[in-house]
Amino acid sequence: MDALVLQLLNGLDKGGAYALIALGLTLIFGTLGVVNFAHGALFMLGAFCAVAMKQLLTLSKLVKDESITFFDAFKEEPYLKIWFGDTGAIIIDYAVPISILLAIPVMLLIGLALERGLIRFFYKRTHAEQILVTFGMAIVLQEIVKAMFGANPVPMPPPEIFAGSADIGSFLGLGNSVVYPWWRLVYLGFAGIVIAGVFSFLQFTTFGMVVRAGMQDRETVGLLGIDIERRFTIVFGLAAVVSGLAGVMYTPIVPPDYHMGMDFLVLSFVVVVVGGMGSLTGAVAAGFLLGILQSFASMNEITSILPGIDQIIIFLVAVVILLVRPRGLMGRKGVMES
Amino acid sequence: MTDNSNKKFHLSRRRLLTGAAAVGAGAAMFGGSPMGFVKGAWAANFRNDPGNNSFVKFGFNVPQTGAYADEGADELRAYYLAVKHLNGEGDGGMLTTMQPSSLKGNGILGKKVEYVTGDTQTKSDAARASAKRMIEKEGVTMFSGGSSSGVAVATQSLAQEMGVIFMCGLTHSNDTTGKDKRRYGFRHFFNAYMSGAALGPVLKDEMGTDRRAYHLTADYTWGWTQEESIKNTTEALGWETVNAVRTPVGAGDFSQYITPVLNSGADVLILNHYGKDMINSLTQAIQFGLRDKQVNGKNFEIVVPLFSRLMAQGAGENIKGILGTTNWNWSLQDAGSQAFVKSFGQEYGFPPSQAAHTCYVQTLLYANACEMAGTFYPPEVIKALEGFEFDGMGNGPTEYRAADHQCFKDVLVVRGNENPTTQFDLLNVVQQVPRAQVEYDPAIFGGDLGPYEV
Repeated sequence: MDALVLQLLNGLDKGGAYALIALGLTLIFGTLGVVNFAHGALFMLGAFCAVAMKQLLTLSKLVKDESITFFDAFKEEPYLKIWFGDTGAIIIDYAVPISILLAIPVMLLIGLALERGLIRFFYKRTHAEQILVTFGMAIVLQEIVKAMFGANPVPMPPPEIFAGSADIGSFLGLGNSVVYPWWRLVYLGFAGIVIAGVFSFLQFTTFGMVVRAGMQDRETVGLLGIDIERRFTIVFGLAAVVSGLAGVMYTPIVPPDYHMGMDFLVLSFVVVVVGGMGSLTGAVAAGFLLGILQSFASMNEITSILPGIDQIIIFLVAVVILLVRPRGLMGRKGVMES
Repeated sequence: MTDNSNKKFHLSRRRLLTGAAAVGAGAAMFGGSPMGFVKGAWAANFRNDPGNNSFVKFGFNVPQTGAYADEGADELRAYYLAVKHLNGEGDGGMLTTMQPSSLKGNGILGKKVEYVTGDTQTKSDAARASAKRMIEKEGVTMFSGGSSSGVAVATQSLAQEMGVIFMCGLTHSNDTTGKDKRRYGFRHFFNAYMSGAALGPVLKDEMGTDRRAYHLTADYTWGWTQEESIKNTTEALGWETVNAVRTPVGAGDFSQYITPVLNSGADVLILNHYGKDMINSLTQAIQFGLRDKQVNGKNFEIVVPLFSRLMAQGAGENIKGILGTTNWNWSLQDAGSQAFVKSFGQEYGFPPSQAAHTCYVQTLLYANACEMAGTFYPPEVIKALEGFEFDGMGNGPTEYRAADHQCFKDVLVVRGNENPTTQFDLLNVVQQVPRAQVEYDPAIFGGDLGPYEV
């Protein structure tokens, strides 16, 4: 039972990340009809917003270490600590959540620049061409990040208060062997809030209503005198922000490196396809479903019977679902169907 | 027109003596010794013979992209420095401390050293393609590099096929000088067996003999051999192996593999991971509170059998107090290590990694073997390297064992520094384990070196 609860939590946590990335992908595909292979790179750029913010907050006064004579070794004392003492230390400790303030405008700008500067020229081109150009853009972005931050993962600890584990077992009456890292619970909650926020925005605002209408029938909305193109550009920016925020908050779970976007890209596309192309609800549901299945498939009891199942389960499930429901779990008729 | 076809060559005793005297005089005049006369006699018989060129070319095949790009960049820095020192530039580095040494600081056999570089991408097929290009298009006489055992095994096999010596960079699998060893491949770096043999006594002292270990292992050649070696060591101490789980390389999130450890009854987690995988799995194991746990009345411990400083940087605070082994560390106080760290530090502004150290040493060792052999002809260079005993290059007296081309030297057991004073001061050397403790019978890993002539 303990093991099941832990794997369920792992699955929800993984699913949260998959769902956030897939949500952005589906938004872009649903509105602009573009298959965006640079979406993983946006997740990675978000994570590096956190790295940049941490580097900014820990700008240090360098004091030469005289014990080392053959190269310049320095002891670092962050200016924030020198100027503000304990308050400065607390600000540095909260570098990851503070990074959200940087990530929102930066990712919005990157999203708008990408859409206006590159993607819009490919609206009327084939999906294969869109994939090629966005994949190329992803490689360019990750090489820029590598040149700036190196290839090694960068450690990004969570705030001290969330560094330990929560005794969930005692809370649920399962004994004290079910513990789960606080930050992963924070991430799960954060994913829930962002998903709820995006759905509310699309459901309860006029802007969202127009976007949803545009997703259904772009031409008619345009004929009503609404500048749907402009709104879709903003949606691209919004999708970039969602992905970026997912990346920021993920940094304490997996130390970010320039390649992390590619690691998520393929899985996210599988999530979108399983959920149903163009379906936001489907993307979120499939994200959590596949995350949970992947975690359960990794249990020793399962892998001892089916070795290697943990590595193929997502693709296996995708094949089965596409055989049974060719449009995915909640796919809309006519999307990507000629 | 005269027909000479029927003339017979008549060799008289006088003519023989006269001829012999002339040959002797000529040899003395041009070679200074009979050996001088035959030097380079293999000239036309081997691939990429530098011949009469004024230079000899090396190929440095390292990961310039991919997960180990930082390690590859440090390896390249070390190669550049080695070439510089071989050509008599800079302060000479380990050329001044290596014993015995035939190196003169004027290139190799009087030829200036040049180089080309390639990108392995940490992929066996890409590494082989890059090495093949170096050999076929660039005419390299030796190639070196790599940050993965899969790459080392693949390129070493190419070296044997093409008859060009490969001096391995960072590779830790037992297979490299075990079942996959090759006559044309040489490894200075230590291996998984040696890590286990070095760690054993330290684990016994620090954790006792009544422990239950859980392994998480990277699912490829290096991970398998390390798991096997560490299991053999710990089980010999009396430890029980609770479980050994294979994890996909590049898994990113290891949470689904770490949570079963919590209720497994294990009190030690052994992470047979390297690079990004190790950084991620260790970070996540700490987040799951494993190091704060008490199991079986003992503190839960984590062991990372293969450490590197670059990995320690990526793992940040999580590395503190964790035990492991390393091939070399810049804080060693022997003359060779200090000379190398000084050269490297002055050139680049920071200390070298263990990957840089092994690549630098390998380049010097190959160059020295050419000088000893008096030729670049690979079979003779191989014979010069086989059984070569040397000192002054870090880790004490070292031997390149002829039977498997594995270097034997002291191994370092290290611990993540609890209170680092600088950004480089991340590992403390707990013990320099003597070479005798990590030596083994080459027959246990099998394999066949193959022929000298290919």
